[in-house]
Amino acid sequence: MKKAGPVLLKECSRQGRRAYLPPVSDVPPTEGEELIPSFCRRQTPLNLPELSEMEVTRHFLQLAQRSFGVDQGFYPLGSCTMKYNPKLLEELPRLPGFEDLHPLQDESDLQGALALIHYTEKVLAAITGMDAFTPQPAAGAHGELTGMLILKAALKDRGETHRNLILIPDSAHGTNPASAALAGFEVQKIPSSPDGILEPQMLKPYLSPRVAGLMLTNPNTLGLFEKNILTVTRMIHEIGGEVYYDGANLNAIMGWARPGDMGFDLVHLNLHKTFATPHGGGGPGAGPLGVKAHLAPYLPVPRVVETEEGFKWDYHAPRSIGKVKGFWGHFAVIIKALAYLLSLGYAGLKQASADAVLAANYLQTQLKEAYKLPYDHPCMHEFVLGGLKENPAEVRTLDLAKALLDYGVHPPTVYFPLIVAEALMIEPTESVTLELLDSFVAMMKELAEKAKTEPETLKAAPYTTPVRRLNETGAARHPVLKW
Amino acid sequence: MGHPYLPLTDAERRQMEKAIGIENYADLFQVIPEEIRAKATFDLPARTEEEVKKLFHQWAALNTPASQLISFLGAGAYEHAIPAAVPYIVNQSQFITAYTPYQPELNQGLLQAFFEFQSLIADLTGMEVANASMYDGPTALAEALFLAYHVTKRKEIILLSGLNPEAVQVVRTYTANLPVTIHPLPFTEDDPQEQLEAVLNEGTAAVIIQYPDFYGRLTLSPELVAAVKASGALAIVYINDPVCLGLLEPPGAFGADLVVGEAQALGLPLSFGGPYLGFFTAKKEYLRHMPGRLVGKTTDLDGRDGFVLTLQTREQHIRREKATSNICSNQALCALTATVYLSLLGPAGLQEVALSTVRNSHYLYNQLTRIPGVRGLSSQPFFHEFVIGLSRPPAVFTRRLREKGFIPGYKLPPESGRGQDAYLFYTSELRTKTEMDRFCEEIERCIQ
Repeated sequence: MKKAGPVLLKECSRQGRRAYLPPVSDVPPTEGEELIPSFCRRQTPLNLPELSEMEVTRHFLQLAQRSFGVDQGFYPLGSCTMKYNPKLLEELPRLPGFEDLHPLQDESDLQGALALIHYTEKVLAAITGMDAFTPQPAAGAHGELTGMLILKAALKDRGETHRNLILIPDSAHGTNPASAALAGFEVQKIPSSPDGILEPQMLKPYLSPRVAGLMLTNPNTLGLFEKNILTVTRMIHEIGGEVYYDGANLNAIMGWARPGDMGFDLVHLNLHKTFATPHGGGGPGAGPLGVKAHLAPYLPVPRVVETEEGFKWDYHAPRSIGKVKGFWGHFAVIIKALAYLLSLGYAGLKQASADAVLAANYLQTQLKEAYKLPYDHPCMHEFVLGGLKENPAEVRTLDLAKALLDYGVHPPTVYFPLIVAEALMIEPTESVTLELLDSFVAMMKELAEKAKTEPETLKAAPYTTPVRRLNETGAARHPVLKW
Repeated sequence: MGHPYLPLTDAERRQMEKAIGIENYADLFQVIPEEIRAKATFDLPARTEEEVKKLFHQWAALNTPASQLISFLGAGAYEHAIPAAVPYIVNQSQFITAYTPYQPELNQGLLQAFFEFQSLIADLTGMEVANASMYDGPTALAEALFLAYHVTKRKEIILLSGLNPEAVQVVRTYTANLPVTIHPLPFTEDDPQEQLEAVLNEGTAAVIIQYPDFYGRLTLSPELVAAVKASGALAIVYINDPVCLGLLEPPGAFGADLVVGEAQALGLPLSFGGPYLGFFTAKKEYLRHMPGRLVGKTTDLDGRDGFVLTLQTREQHIRREKATSNICSNQALCALTATVYLSLLGPAGLQEVALSTVRNSHYLYNQLTRIPGVRGLSSQPFFHEFVIGLSRPPAVFTRRLREKGFIPGYKLPPESGRGQDAYLFYTSELRTKTEMDRFCEEIERCIQ
C-alpha cells in the first residue's frame, strides 16, 4: 500500500475537540449575542475544523515533511537567490521590544524602531549609491510599482504627461512590464543583442519624446553584466527619461558596483533574495525602494527623520505619492536584512558576491560540455542553459527538472528567461561548498547521459516524491480551489 | 576571508578559479567598467553574532511595546492572544526557508497548507473563492478596486464613511493614474443606506463598506448590499479583524461580490505594522480577474490527490503587462500562520474570542460614558471598537494616561469628522475587568 498523504484539516475534524482555550472575559455577564443586532448575528454555521492541539501539530508537521526549503538541500533556483538564511535572523524580530510594538504607538515609545529603520535606509543607500530610501514596499514587485508611481508623479509635475512609455528588455522579469502597466504606462519591449545584452544601437530606434524611462536589471536575467550600462543610462537621460534598476540580481555585485554609480535613478532591493531573509514559501519579502535626490520628494509618506527631540514620522511631503501600504513596511523582514548586513559588513558582502559569481562560473564551465549554453561568456551570479546538447529522444527541460527532484535537489528555474528555448536558469549563490557543486555537476552529467540511454525514465520522473507529476491542465480547466 | 555565512574556503576558491581558467575571481568583475568599480566602496564593519545581537537588543530596549503597557489601541492592528503552538508550527524550517512552490512534487505540504488557507478564508467570509494571500488589507482593497474598474468599466468608487484611513490612503495612491474618482462619504449618524442611495449612480463601479467599520460600527446589512448591486456596482466588503466573524454573519451571506481585508488578527504579532496578511475573496464569476496566486486540487499520474499553483495565465510571469496584477511574492508564511491559528481555535475558540472582545468593549464603553466629561460617540451598534469624546485637551490626556502605563486608544484626526477630542478604543480578549476599571479611574482623575 502506498503511504497516504496527510488528509485535509476538515476531514480529521471531530465535533467537540479543542486545541486552545482563549482568555475569557471577566466582566459582569451581558449576553454578547444581544449586543449584536440580529441582522448581522451569525446564522451561517462557522465551518472551522475541530481538532486537538496534538492533531493540529501533527498535521502541519507532516506538511512540513512534504515541503522543501534551503535548510533541506541545494536550491539553485535562478533569479531567486536562494542563499542560506542564518539563524540569528530568526531570533531578532521576536524580541518583545520589536514583536509587540503597535504601529500606531506614540513616537516616544518607538525610538529604537525608528532609529533602526533610519539606519537601515542609510546602509541600503550606501550599498546601492542612492540618496534616499523608503522601507514601505512589501516585495520586489511592490517596489517596482512604487517606483513607477513616483515616475508618474514626477512627470506630472514636470508637465510631461505625454511621456507614457516604459522601455523593457525582452529578458526582463515579468513583474517589470506588469508593474509599469499597473502604474498606467505603456510597455515597449526592447530586443537583446545576439550577445544577450542591451546594445546602444539597438536601443536607439526606441528613443522618442514619449519615453518616460527604462527598466533594467544588471546583471540581466541571463546572468550577464550590461557592460554598456553607462552609455545606456546616458542615452535615456539625454532624452529626458529616468532609469529604473530591478534589484533582483544585486547579489552579483555587492561591494563591486552600485546601481547609483551606473546612472540609475530608482532602485528596489529584494531583501528576501540579496540579504538572506527567508522566503517563507513565497513571502513575506520586502522591497525597499531607493531614489536619487531629485525623486526623493515623491517617496511615500511618512518618512523617518532625525530631529533634536529624537526620531519622528514626517508626513510633510506635498509631492509624495502617498502611502503604498498599510503602516510602515515589513518591519520584521527589515530587522533580519539589517542583521545580515551588519554581520557581513562591506568586505563580507563583497566576498559573498565574489563567491556567488565564482560558483556560477564554476558550474557553467562544467556543464557547458553536456548542455547548450546559448550565451557563452563568463557569467555573473547565474547563467542560462538551453537544454541538452545531444538530445535524440527530445528530453525536455521539464523532464530534467523533474528528474532532479529524485536527487533531493530543488531544480533550477525553468523556461525563463523567455528568450532562451528550454531554459534552465542556474543560480548557486555563495551558500555552497565545492563538494556540493561537484555533486550537482555529477547529477547533471548523469542526467545528460540518461537522456540518451533511458529517456523514457526521465520523461516519467519523479519517482521518490510524495506525488508524481500532477495534472496541471486539469487543475486549470476545472479549478478546485477550496474543500 | 572566513565568515560563517560564506562556506567556501580559500583553497576551494583557488581550485574553482583554476577549473574556470582564471587567475583570480576578481577577473570575473573586469566586465564592469572601471569607473563604476572604483566608486563601490562603503564603510560597514563586519560583526560577530554576539555584537549584532547586542545592537538589536539595544534598539529593542529603546522601545516600549504594547505588551508592557495596558493597551486599548487597535485602529487597524489588533492584539489577540497567540497560542504557543502557532509559532512552534510556523517556524519549521521547511516552511520558513522554502521558495514559492513552483515544483509541486517537492512542496505538497506548502501547497496543501495554502489550499487549506483558501478554504478557511472562503468559509469564514462566506465566499466562493479565496486566493493564497495579498501583501496586506489596504493593498488587497486597492487591487479589488482595479478588478471592479475592469469588470464594470465604470469610473466612480464610493467609500462609505468608516473605512480604515490607511486603506483610504493606499487606494488613493494606487488609483492616482486611473481615470477613476474616489468618492468618500462623510461621517453620518443616520442610516448609511439613505446617504448611499443619494449618490449611487450608473457610473458607480464599486462601493466599499468596512465590516465592522473603523469605528467598530456594524453598518453593513443585506439591504445595503442589495442597493449597491441594484445599481450595477460591485459590493466590496473590507474586513480589518476577521476574528469578529466568529459572531458576525459573513458578508458572503449578504451577497457581497468581493470580500477583502487584513487578517493580521489571526495569529500574527503586531510587529510594528508588518508583515501582515492581506486576503482576497470573490464570487466565482470574478475568478479569472483575481490577482495573486491560487492553489488548486488535482491528481498525479497514479491518481493520487495533489495540489498545484493554478490559473497562472492571470499572473505577471506569464501574461506580463496584461496580467491582472503585478504581485509575485505574497505573504505565504503569514497565510500559513492564519491557517494554524484558525485550526487551533476552531469554531468554539473563535466565537469565544469574538464574544470576549465584544463584551469587553461594551463594558468599557458603559463604564467610560458614566464619567462626567466623557461623551459616548458610538450611538450605533458597535463590535470591538468604539469612539468617545473628552472634555480635556487630548495631548494632556494621552500623556497622563501613558505615564500611568496605559495606551489610551487612538486619537482620531479632526478630518475624520468625529470632532477635535475623539478617541477610538479597542478591547481585545486580553483585557481584564481590573485593567478596565483602573483605566476608568485614571481617566476620571485625569479629567477632573
